[in-house]
Amino acid sequence: MTESRPIHSVVLVKQVPDTHNLSGEVMTKDGTMNRGALPAIFNPEDLNALEMALAIKDRTGGTVTVITMGPPKAANVLRECLFRGADRVILLTDRKFAGADTLATSNALQLAVRKLPAFDLVLCGRQAIDGDTAQVGPQTAEKLGIPQITYAEEVVEIDATHIVAQRALDHGSEIVRCTLPCLLTVVGTANTPRPASVRLQMERKLAAAPGEYAAIRAQWPEFESDAALDAYLAGRDLKIPVWTAEDIGAAEGSIGLAGSPTQVHKVNFVVLESTESKTIAPTPEAIAAMVAELVHEYIVG
Amino acid sequence: MAEKKQVWVFIEHTDDQIADVSLELTGKARELGDRLGYEVVGLLCGHNVDRLAHDVIRHGADRVLLADDPELALYRTLPYARVAIAEAKRRQPEIFLIGGTPNGRDFAPRVASALRCGLTADCTDLQIGDYYVKKEDLTYKDLLYQIRPAFGGNLIATIVNPNTRPQMATVREGVMRKPAADATRTGVVEKVEAVFEPGDLALEVLSRQVRKSTVKLKDAPVIVAGGAGVDGAEEFALLRDLANLLGGEVGASRAAVDAGYIDRAHQVGQTGTTVRPRLYIAAGISGAIQHRAGMDQSSKIIAINTDPNAPMFQIAHYRIVGDVGEVLPMIIKTLRERSMDQRDAE
Repeated sequence: MTESRPIHSVVLVKQVPDTHNLSGEVMTKDGTMNRGALPAIFNPEDLNALEMALAIKDRTGGTVTVITMGPPKAANVLRECLFRGADRVILLTDRKFAGADTLATSNALQLAVRKLPAFDLVLCGRQAIDGDTAQVGPQTAEKLGIPQITYAEEVVEIDATHIVAQRALDHGSEIVRCTLPCLLTVVGTANTPRPASVRLQMERKLAAAPGEYAAIRAQWPEFESDAALDAYLAGRDLKIPVWTAEDIGAAEGSIGLAGSPTQVHKVNFVVLESTESKTIAPTPEAIAAMVAELVHEYIVG
Repeated sequence: MAEKKQVWVFIEHTDDQIADVSLELTGKARELGDRLGYEVVGLLCGHNVDRLAHDVIRHGADRVLLADDPELALYRTLPYARVAIAEAKRRQPEIFLIGGTPNGRDFAPRVASALRCGLTADCTDLQIGDYYVKKEDLTYKDLLYQIRPAFGGNLIATIVNPNTRPQMATVREGVMRKPAADATRTGVVEKVEAVFEPGDLALEVLSRQVRKSTVKLKDAPVIVAGGAGVDGAEEFALLRDLANLLGGEVGASRAAVDAGYIDRAHQVGQTGTTVRPRLYIAAGISGAIQHRAGMDQSSKIIAINTDPNAPMFQIAHYRIVGDVGEVLPMIIKTLRERSMDQRDAE
């Protein structure tokens, strides 16, 4: 292995609806999701990816930049990243990004990554809990033209030119060595994400994207104008930059709904098939009768 | 004459054996191919795997594209994807099916991205149908309906790719039925050249450790599965007792796995194993669709839950509204008494 050097990581994170708390009114007519109807959380495995990047920075020095694509309120997950030690965050938001499938999403993300200074690693969670597709990571890697290490569980070694990582497989694991730069998708068993640092939380609590200025000024009337707040935040490196489709040079038909080859033909609410069924009382007699029936039908030997 | 349209299957293999899911998908591709008049093509990458090619044909393929190269001996994303991308560009398949295994889910998005085509993950059903687009006043004929649960399982979405080819989908093991091998089937094994670029070999596998799974969920005749309604690891042990008595295996919902009651290898459902046992006992499993998608083909289902409105009850053959910790011991006791009676009779 060669000498180590500072490693520059980019982490891709997503704010997701908490799919454990779903109600019926979350679908729009075109088959996409009304995210506003659901509580939004930091996608769990993206936190593991952030932790992996921060742990590498702890070892080698370097930087951690976080990008998220989503509605303006996705700035919340970026603040979470700042509180944990990310150096820089970027909010990709634009109506033109809406309705993206995984291919269109990966295109927007790769364009944003390409706009950054040179990077060594791109990290993201293995999958997001709102779709469970695990596709955006590999699709982003392909468009960046870099190799991918999916299901990364541990960084064994990293030096100036290579990374050695352990991958979690279904019934085992694999150690791979790969050139930098490359993309890692990180599994939930990889680590225990650090909590927000109290110090950073104090220092960075005002971090905000311009779309949030009105809300902040309502709470902090001492900022007399958006411009005053903007100058204050910019001077302290607390302004969350917002990049639009135009900023990243995305072609019209390559992002959002228009850039998505998959289309939702229809959505059905789940109708459970009615089966011929019997209600069995939770009593020893009723249970014994049920078992006798199953034995009679050769279901139980 | 135009060449016949094609439906492709990615053939995964380890230790000189084809993954069940690849043969299951070959069977599905045969069905789709017969319906649409398409040729069924298996894409087989590896080293010294000629014998496997014939196995793919015996399970329903008309043709196997065989890329044989030492660099393809073990699955690696970039060399495998390079072959698939080159051949797909050359032959323009209409449909490309991939097993929803860790490798399949690593491979498929890489290939779909390079081909700029649509990909749907973890389909639970595949059908053929038409798609009308009002804005264009146009009906796309004979598209692949890629059907999967969505958004926490409250919905079933049918996804189509009207404008891009191939129409790609991953499907988990066990969702489709594996066809019986037909030794009389014949087909073409066509060798294709694997041409790599230097960057394709950027990753090397230093070591691979695979433990033989002792969990045989897929073939178990009886599965006793527990979920969030099981109160602690101790109560979970009752499931093991009952499974042993019935000659079965223990299964679990994601909730039980996340709670740490049991290893993930036991998870049944869309992101776990798909099973169709003779008897499935769902103990304290509410029945989210991701779970049901993995077990609703079971011959008989017994559901035990304190919540009378648990969705699982709607697909169960026997509904027991009660506490798992009370009901399971009753079943165990009944079975023990029966086996003693039998012994006495003999």
